[in-house]
Amino acid sequence: MDQQASGENGARDRTSVERLGDRELLVTRTFDAPPSIVYRAWSQPALFQRWWVPKSATGVSLISCDMDVRTGGKYRLEFSAGGPESMAFYGKYLEVVPNERIVWTNDEGEEGAITTVTFEDQGGKTLLRFHEIYPSAAALEEALQGSAAGLPEQLDQLDMLVSGQGA
Amino acid sequence: MVQCPSPPLDLTFAALSDATRRGIIDQLARADASITSLADRFQMTLTGMKKHVQVLERAGLVVTQKVGRVRTCTLGQRGLKAEAEWIETHRKLFEARFDALDAIISEMKPEESDGSAS
Repeated sequence: MDQQASGENGARDRTSVERLGDRELLVTRTFDAPPSIVYRAWSQPALFQRWWVPKSATGVSLISCDMDVRTGGKYRLEFSAGGPESMAFYGKYLEVVPNERIVWTNDEGEEGAITTVTFEDQGGKTLLRFHEIYPSAAALEEALQGSAAGLPEQLDQLDMLVSGQGA
Repeated sequence: MVQCPSPPLDLTFAALSDATRRGIIDQLARADASITSLADRFQMTLTGMKKHVQVLERAGLVVTQKVGRVRTCTLGQRGLKAEAEWIETHRKLFEARFDALDAIISEMKPEESDGSAS
């Protein structure tokens, strides 16, 4: 599929998003590095917070990032959109297998998803699967609509930013 | 049946105000389905499901076609568009995230590799 894109910043459509059933969402992407590296970028707060929130584009910045990445550990991410109010996302890790998988809850809402991310070695590359399962079809829909609320315009800016800094 | 090109917005909102009907849209986004199989899936009587489908049909979200004894439901253009937009927005968010992650990973790779530099 990469072939559709041409030129150096032809990085589009490498991330696929699909629905599985009416409560599940699967995002996949392959990274050109072994699972140990991708896992580290995911599980170390100092690295994680550099990419999880595309801050320069969304106008939202991560003001605190506590992650105790082990089975039973907790996390709490606080975001600020510049105003006095912050927004927190939190939950706990249900299962952590280094370099293989991380499973966590999303406890900030009433109908939070269970998220599973897996890192699969594919000859030195990593196939990353980010899977969310919601308690109901309506909850998934709400999540999708929520993310659809304000992002598109900012994400276009981000696209430019990221493709500019690639390599 | 003639399909109204652009049903009033109220109809759309009313159609989508119900969790079962939103579930039907989700379902049809993945595959066409007969009224019977939808009724099964949502554990509902055939009559109940027909009513839900009619509401969605009036709003232009679902199109139905009867072949023989089976009435098949398909997502209408409006439903398809909404579905595609949701997915695309989500995809963009993750694309942005993962592009940023990609950049960090390529920074990390040299330090990680044990291979001795010559």
